[in-house]
Amino acid sequence: MKKPLFKTIDGNEAVANIAYRVNEVIAIYPITPASVMGELADAWASEGVKNIWGTVPSVIEMQSEGGAAGVVHGSLQTGSLTTTFTASQGLLLMLPNMFKIAGELTPAVFHIAARSLAGQALSIFGDHSDVMVARGTGFGMLASGSVQEAMDIATIAHAGTLKARIPFLHFFDGFRTSHEVNKVEMVDEDMLRAMIDEELVEAHHTRALSPDHPVLRGTAQNPDVYFQARESVNSYYEQCPAIIQETMDQFAELTGRAYHLFDYYGAPDADRVILLMGSGCGAVQESVDFLNSQGEKVGLVKVRLYRPFDMKSFLKSFPESTKKIAVLDRTKEPGSAGEPLFQDCVTAFQEGMGNEWSNPLPVIVGGRYGLSSKEFTPAMVKAVFDNLSEIQPKKHFTIGIQDDVMHTHIPFDSNFSIESKAMTRAIFYGLGSDGTVGANKTSIKIIGEHSPNYAQGYFVYDSKKSGAMTISHLRFGPDPIQSTYLIQEASFVACHQPVFLERYNVLQQMEAGGTFLLNLPYAPEEVWEKLPRPIQTEILEKQLKVYVIDAQKVAHQAGMGRRINTVMQVCFFAISNVLPQDEAIEAIKTSIQTTYSKKGRHIAEMNIRAVDETLAHLFPVPLPEAVSSKTEFLPPVSEEAPDFVKNVLGEIIGGRGDQLPVSMLPSDGTYPTGTSQWEKRNIGLKIPVWDPTICIDCGKCSIVCPHAVIRLKAYEPKYLDNAPASFKSKDARDKDWKGLKYTIQVAPEDCTGCGICVDFCPVKNKKITRLKAINMEDQPPLRVQEKENWEYFLDIPSLDRRELKINSIRQQQAQEPLFEFSGACEGCGETPYIKLATQLFGDHMLVANATGCSSIYGGNLPTTPWTKNAEGRGPAWSNSLFEDNAEFGLGFRVSLDKQKEFAEELVRQLKSEIGEGLAEEILSADQNDEAGIYEQRERVADLKQKLEKSTSSVAQKLLTLADVLVKKSVWIIGGDGWAYDIGFGGLDHVLASGRNVNILVLDTEVYSNTGGQTSKSTPLGAVAKFSASGKPTQKKDLGMIAMNYGNVYVGSVAMGAKDEHTLRTFLEAEAYPGTSIIVAYSHCIAHGIEMSTALQNHKALVQSGQWLLYRYNPALKEEGKNPLQLDFSAARTSVDQFRNLESRFKMLAKSHPQIAKKFLHTAQKQIKEHYAFYEHMASQSFSSGKTDVES
Amino acid sequence: MDLTTTYMGLRLKNPLVISASPLSEEADNVRKMEDLGASAVVLYSLFEEQIIKDSYELDHHLSAAAESHAEALSYFTEPEVLHIGPEHYLEYIAALKKSVGIPIIGSLNGSTPGGWVEYARLIEEAGADALELNIYTIPTDPNLTALDVEQNYLDILKEVRAQVSIPIAVKLSPFFTSLANMVVKLENAGANALVLFNRFYQPDINPEELEVEPQILLSAHQALRLPLCWIGLLFGRTPLDLAATSGIHTVQDVIKMVMSGANVTMLCAALFRHGLHHIEVLEKGIGAWLDEHEYESMEQMRGNMSQLHCDNPAAFERAQYVQAVHTHFRIRE
Repeated sequence: MKKPLFKTIDGNEAVANIAYRVNEVIAIYPITPASVMGELADAWASEGVKNIWGTVPSVIEMQSEGGAAGVVHGSLQTGSLTTTFTASQGLLLMLPNMFKIAGELTPAVFHIAARSLAGQALSIFGDHSDVMVARGTGFGMLASGSVQEAMDIATIAHAGTLKARIPFLHFFDGFRTSHEVNKVEMVDEDMLRAMIDEELVEAHHTRALSPDHPVLRGTAQNPDVYFQARESVNSYYEQCPAIIQETMDQFAELTGRAYHLFDYYGAPDADRVILLMGSGCGAVQESVDFLNSQGEKVGLVKVRLYRPFDMKSFLKSFPESTKKIAVLDRTKEPGSAGEPLFQDCVTAFQEGMGNEWSNPLPVIVGGRYGLSSKEFTPAMVKAVFDNLSEIQPKKHFTIGIQDDVMHTHIPFDSNFSIESKAMTRAIFYGLGSDGTVGANKTSIKIIGEHSPNYAQGYFVYDSKKSGAMTISHLRFGPDPIQSTYLIQEASFVACHQPVFLERYNVLQQMEAGGTFLLNLPYAPEEVWEKLPRPIQTEILEKQLKVYVIDAQKVAHQAGMGRRINTVMQVCFFAISNVLPQDEAIEAIKTSIQTTYSKKGRHIAEMNIRAVDETLAHLFPVPLPEAVSSKTEFLPPVSEEAPDFVKNVLGEIIGGRGDQLPVSMLPSDGTYPTGTSQWEKRNIGLKIPVWDPTICIDCGKCSIVCPHAVIRLKAYEPKYLDNAPASFKSKDARDKDWKGLKYTIQVAPEDCTGCGICVDFCPVKNKKITRLKAINMEDQPPLRVQEKENWEYFLDIPSLDRRELKINSIRQQQAQEPLFEFSGACEGCGETPYIKLATQLFGDHMLVANATGCSSIYGGNLPTTPWTKNAEGRGPAWSNSLFEDNAEFGLGFRVSLDKQKEFAEELVRQLKSEIGEGLAEEILSADQNDEAGIYEQRERVADLKQKLEKSTSSVAQKLLTLADVLVKKSVWIIGGDGWAYDIGFGGLDHVLASGRNVNILVLDTEVYSNTGGQTSKSTPLGAVAKFSASGKPTQKKDLGMIAMNYGNVYVGSVAMGAKDEHTLRTFLEAEAYPGTSIIVAYSHCIAHGIEMSTALQNHKALVQSGQWLLYRYNPALKEEGKNPLQLDFSAARTSVDQFRNLESRFKMLAKSHPQIAKKFLHTAQKQIKEHYAFYEHMASQSFSSGKTDVES
Repeated sequence: MDLTTTYMGLRLKNPLVISASPLSEEADNVRKMEDLGASAVVLYSLFEEQIIKDSYELDHHLSAAAESHAEALSYFTEPEVLHIGPEHYLEYIAALKKSVGIPIIGSLNGSTPGGWVEYARLIEEAGADALELNIYTIPTDPNLTALDVEQNYLDILKEVRAQVSIPIAVKLSPFFTSLANMVVKLENAGANALVLFNRFYQPDINPEELEVEPQILLSAHQALRLPLCWIGLLFGRTPLDLAATSGIHTVQDVIKMVMSGANVTMLCAALFRHGLHHIEVLEKGIGAWLDEHEYESMEQMRGNMSQLHCDNPAAFERAQYVQAVHTHFRIRE
């Protein structure tokens, strides 16, 4: 046997590494947590990495998982070895093809990073809900439970499918395995060659469709033969388990790693056994060892081959001594007789009794665990075994939660821990932007690949995209690490950001005598006084060793800005003693050279400088004998928050969501809006400060603010009487607001400090021209003062919306936003558009939101930015799926229109009862503006009063429907991944429907939420994931497709290029009585740009002609006018000038210079032609609905 | 007519050398320049700052938003190979050397000794016939003495000289306390030629927008006076070759520069204004001028109007200034 090659990689890479090398075609589509497999495959293909047959696999991104499955099916049918990767909803979209692929006995493997399905809520995290839905497809199912297993079982699956002719679904737990970094022994090319039988590959090729030996496959069958034909495959399923076992044995011979269809682990005479599959096996195995060492007799059966379910092997795997079995399912099937694995187990024992199982029938109980990556720890395992020890063990239990409603849960002792002291167990608290996770991944590699030690890393991320906290859990030790749960007892804790100490007990998991590393800007002797009381208490009670470094200072001096990753990494190695210090530092430097050299010598040098400087700034902290601080942790939300916010959302914010019992959570997924206002994250290091002396009241800072933290009001001077001393105001400039005062106020605790407002402010200070009418200043000294000002500002009454001239930004921005303080990235390009829509229409708006960034910053717990006004009105929001959003929104419209129609019928019926005049007014109301809507609301209130007095059933019916008589505006919102790709079919149908909905496409030109994968909106030549060598085709013209219907309002906007145009387009789209679509250019962090100046990119983009500003208003046809108006003059600069501002374009010149040049040339040509085409269309005279060309 | 000249040992068919500018970024342009009569091309500059900036920028955008959110651990797939350094420039030199016959002079623009040396060596290895060092620094640090500034120039030059064997021209600014002395020091440090003068980037101000606008101004015709004067002063007093740059637009300008002592005259603004065909116009014009004025060769006139050879050497120095002022500025009555 060759010397094994070890690498530290995550589960996704382990699987992709195999799948890539043994396939010829790979069809991909991004979905968390499986996206990385597709990304790696695409990157390898673009670098020319070859498979085991010496050719580069063809990797193709599709418009959806359904599309990917179709390509897989077609590719398999024509003889190529083909694979795909997916999860969750993506797998659901593949199901129809999976039935076909299996029905046709086609060898293939689908790799699934198993993830929860969207029910009461979406969750990106891991469980088996998705793969369980695929049980009926006819696919074989293989489960792996660790990074090593994922690589091994992937190999076995690919080899086995060729022999069995049954396609396989290979699944491993999303995040816990897909994202865990672990040291694994690689399956090398020779092993793969030995595993993949060339004759079987040949046989697959031979079965391919070919006109040279034509056949027909995919017939339609009638009742006479369908049934028999369906049964004709049985022998394949019968033989499959033996084939897989044979393949596993072959694999064991090559690698020394043995697997069985069902693997038993534990006491040979165990009386109690847990049955489960996936990553939970790791936690159970460790617990079994521990419990048996304490004298218990317990064991574990791991399921490897779940389908076809081999009863014989299954029963054989249990020791004969087995008396009780707990079957743990990582899924929930509401209303079932039990979860799937439980049912399979019961069936197997029932059928096997007296045959394969000759012992007494064990007691079998089923339970659910680990949904959505809920922790599954040894404490829980122990509780499950303890339950089995009961005379009547609890059935259909849950473990890991507190179910205070139906009392399904088994209690567990959260203090029970079996963490091995032989391992270093380190927890790191960092910010997304400080590079903590990246550095930890490097540390794992250093330890895993530079020492005989094993290493494991698992990373917990925040649900916010800005100011996001990351928690890294790293284990290092001499034995393979299978602790598939977060660190329960840490020997080392590092807090990389001082701000966490204000709110979180970062030492909760710290064991006695551990080491605590702090990044604080204080001298060692000053540190103690700066720590809050709970942290001081933990330090003294646990007798910790404490070290401090001012990492920001060291990083800054080394030229690394806010990235303290290298500094903190050196500190970890210096004080954790995982490796000898000199050796570790040498390894860090080598790793820096490897990682950074290709980005330029200076980057590597900068990091090396940081390494060299660190140790001189790392100090032990002297500790007193008693706690001295009076400061407690800050509460997660204000005491004034509503109960639900305090008791539920606040607990989630505080990091205690795991402890919330079932009763506290809404059972139908309905949550209140208006909750982000309570979170007060204080993540902006700097905030904008208004200078009223030079402000011109233009409202631009407010319209572009992505987080709705800049508000403006004009008001009566009397409201200044009790204003705080530092509250700023000026005379309003607008002539309609003569005599009023005017204030621009910033929400200091909600601002992310992105600086977009300052960049967009058009006014400069005449004395010091670098200053504007709004300028960034440090937040901490302003926090208290501005908080008071903000609260005072909120209490000043807003102007009557009916009086505002909303076609001018200056006045329009006085409208209250009903979308505020989202967790979107600092400087997000999407949120200003959403906010604008809520300002204009929010109090009568329903939103159908496609899955993506906007559904995450809009609807990811704990809080939502969607809010309501003082009257309690505001947008009603829902997210259905990624692929169906247009249809979902159309459903709103159809439903509301039906209700309105019915209500109007009832009004007519009840005319005499409610009064002829009121009825007529209601029925003929013009609700095209604020005043019209206001008046209709008054009428409906009148109507309801009258109806309440009536006892007739018709009146009562109308009473329930009356509110629908007030205008309801339906907005269908989503990104380009939805509109251009996965949801395009539905979008097209909605466009064709003519129904009155407004579609807002937040066009970032990539799948932003999943990490920047190519969509059909991505421009030619842009680098994105799945287009590592530049997108080779031009951007799809969605607007033109929509215009093609002739009766759809179409607007193309870019707020930073022309904000007034954006406003006008929104107003026209809403006013248009049919379908409207606005394609809104949204800059994005995935563009590789400076977010604070991103609106300058909008300008450059439009000036270059790469984005057109236009409106296509079919209503103009009625006036004999051309419906298409171009709203900017011809391209004034070269596309190169715009593209030079963005790394997504510039990077290609660095990675593929020749291709970049070619793309740039083509892009320039296409842009010219594109503009000429639009110009031609817009210049046609239009009368009687016919253009010159047509007539 | 013999228009040939030599510049740093390179035998050139005429004194019309194209100076460093974006015009030479396209290989097609360089080929056209050759076809239209250019005798050598100084390639566009490889900017030290640009390389560093690209490097930082890419590192920042590849890593800034990474590892922050569970669904998007990164936003770009990091390429295996990145051409951050001067690779593209070097490949370009190598390709040009295969497709054109005239000398190709590499150009390095920077302000610190660090990265330069390596790039200079690589430029030589790529096949450049000579190297132009555009030492571009605006000394704004009040603690920096004139001597420090000069020493920085000399350090850079010495380090580069130690690494390359091709000829080196130093492109200088006119702002030296004692230019003549500096020339001697540069000569001792290993320079082969001087390019006079570099024009500092002088930003404009937009009074409407209150913005500083980094526009590059094309040199005006009158800019030729400064190099004309200094070349006239230096000719015959330094063994270094002299290249004139700034304000050379017409046949007369070229003639004047050569007469004052320039080995070559560098063209840039004139080509932006009139197009590459202007090279051909100048070459023909010079030939005609020499013909008309019965010169046998360019070499014959080189330096004939230098301070050393002209009939009024004082005109190059201050003694003549007073008279000039009095003659030019007469108050009209």
